[in-house]
Amino acid sequence: MSRVIQFREAVAEAMSEEMRRDENIYLMGEEVAEYNGAYKASKGMLDEFGPKRVIDTPIAELGFAGVGVGSAMNGLRPIIEFMTFNFSLVAIDQIINNAAKMYQMSGGQFNIPITFRGPTASAGQLGATHSQAFENWYANTPGLKVVVPSTPYDVKGLLKSAIRDDDPVLVMESEQMYGDKGEVPEEEYTLEIGKANIRREGKDVTIVSFGKIIKEALKAAEELEKEDISCEVIDLRTVRPIDYDTIIQSVKKTNRMVFLEEAWPLGSIATEVSFVVQREAFDFLDAPIRRLTTTDTPMAYAPTLVDAFLPNAKQVIDAVKGVMYIS
Amino acid sequence: MPKKKITKSVYLKWYEDMLFWRKFEDKAAALYIQQKIRGFLHLYNGQEAVLAGSLLAMEKGDKMITAYRNHVQPIGMGVDPKKIMAELMGKVTGTSEGNGGSMHMFSKEHHFYGGHGIVGGQIPLGAGLAFADKYAGRKNVTLCYMGDGAVRQGSFHETMNLAMLWNLPVVFVIENNGYAMGTSVARTANHTDIWKLGLGYEMPCAPVDGMDPVKVYDAMYEAIDRARNEGGPTLLEVRTYRYKGHSMSDAQHYRTKDEVAEYQKKDPITIVLDVIKDKKYASKKEIEEIDDRVKELVNECVEFGEESDFPDASNIYAHVYKQEDYPFIKNH
Ligand SMILES: Cc1ncc(C[n+]2csc(CCOP(=O)(O)OP(=O)(O)O)c2C)c(N)n1
Ligand SMILES: [Mg+2]
Repeated sequence: MSRVIQFREAVAEAMSEEMRRDENIYLMGEEVAEYNGAYKASKGMLDEFGPKRVIDTPIAELGFAGVGVGSAMNGLRPIIEFMTFNFSLVAIDQIINNAAKMYQMSGGQFNIPITFRGPTASAGQLGATHSQAFENWYANTPGLKVVVPSTPYDVKGLLKSAIRDDDPVLVMESEQMYGDKGEVPEEEYTLEIGKANIRREGKDVTIVSFGKIIKEALKAAEELEKEDISCEVIDLRTVRPIDYDTIIQSVKKTNRMVFLEEAWPLGSIATEVSFVVQREAFDFLDAPIRRLTTTDTPMAYAPTLVDAFLPNAKQVIDAVKGVMYIS
Repeated sequence: MPKKKITKSVYLKWYEDMLFWRKFEDKAAALYIQQKIRGFLHLYNGQEAVLAGSLLAMEKGDKMITAYRNHVQPIGMGVDPKKIMAELMGKVTGTSEGNGGSMHMFSKEHHFYGGHGIVGGQIPLGAGLAFADKYAGRKNVTLCYMGDGAVRQGSFHETMNLAMLWNLPVVFVIENNGYAMGTSVARTANHTDIWKLGLGYEMPCAPVDGMDPVKVYDAMYEAIDRARNEGGPTLLEVRTYRYKGHSMSDAQHYRTKDEVAEYQKKDPITIVLDVIKDKKYASKKEIEEIDDRVKELVNECVEFGEESDFPDASNIYAHVYKQEDYPFIKNH
């Protein structure tokens, strides 16, 4: 049986179910307890689990991210919420230098079963410091896993897997998705980290994307269908590790690829995937791969500049036609 | 500069300024509801005495830097309020040409150094401004503002130490408005006397009544005077209150309406107006004239904002680098 719930409810359900299973799991972050989460993604959890396990912090990301890592070295399984991943930058030393490296540095003595989660990327007109997508930054770091769900179903299954994972996992959500509704089973389930999902099957062009921006790819695919152009839309779901096999199989079928990503172009996930595809499926490609990202600039405030910054369905349509040599 | 007397003209200026700031913010809130201002909008209502008292203590060339609750400070520093309204509306005529928005006001000309959206991010910058003044041998002081929530950031503690180590001409002003979003000060530390954080650094520090501009002036005067005369930094915890929600979407379950009303009884604008009436600094008619002027100026700001254009989409590449021909990656 499934029912329709919001993305934020799926997040709360995933955390709550896992916390019922395991006493060692706790949730910590700014406004997660008494305020029920800045975006209400931990609604009801203080009531159920009490202040020992659902913990409000001062605005001290470096401190509480590090407390999380330290407690993970001593037997706990923290879920650390960043109000947004923009603010994880003041804590990034704890994530990159400590969470990601401890297991190797200690010769396998201290694995870090921690989950860092919160919204990523832009959320309307918030200006440069509040509109950044760091999926590729974190994905660049060995020792971390990075999950970027795009539906209520996915976030529930992936977040549960992240919490159960014995390595540090970042789960990157979006303010603009918390209100999204989708079918989520009543029964327990998890989704494997590192497995992509074919959101829409097609034969002419492969569109790869992940996170909130994938909606633009799906919109484009729907439009293109009307013109008899059939797109396969792959949701990566996880950007470290990346499910290259699913992409390559698809490209071998369609012979064309477009990558849509809300991130700056240099060193993006699109860049990495494009490299692997040309390496593994060079002979199958009938056109150079196209990449749609944000502009190579910070995101500014004015609505005209936000529109200029973000990639959109129209650009996807043009790129798909481009790789099909249709003008 | 010797300490100023709080004369009739000071009171009248305070009244007009603070009333304008209040009405300007109220109008911004109304424009937000009409979706003419988007994103976050953090209002200063209730905290005006902190700014009014500070400005009186500043001298030409002194600098100011603060967080994202920053619309009226630049106005106090001399920026044309029309440009602030235009920035709030994302217009190309705004202080940052529509790039910054609500949280990021700047004016180099008026020594207002922002407008910063990351909590605590501006604190080392404030020390840096002071470092540069000292380095260049200028006798100026920087006023570096932050919220009660910001003092829990590492940047605050590192900067306290550096400012003392290098004896920087900076005044750190904590605007303690009781809450960081929904978190009261009492829930962020084992004690609520934030000013005491200066003690460990042996930095002169004190609490200040932030609802009364006279008391703010007294404390700021002393701190600025010390900094200007090579006496180093000061940490002031100015106790104030924000009447509105944190930003525009805040149900405010963390406090009672009574608590807000209690503070509104000590409203700085009312305090100042009461003095004006008591001492007969202005007739009823003169006060009405001030109120009319304020109303008119607010309307002018809105008109200016409404009539201005949004920046052209191509402006997204403007001001990212000083280098004019920087080779941006364009989409492939
Ligand atoms: C590093 C960082 N963490 C979290 C936030 C989100 N945030 C914005 S304002 C705020 C509360 C700050 O409160 P305070 O410093 O008291 O300032 P006030 O809003 O009361 O003026 C928080 C948590 C942020 N902008 N930056
Ligand atoms: Mg505060």
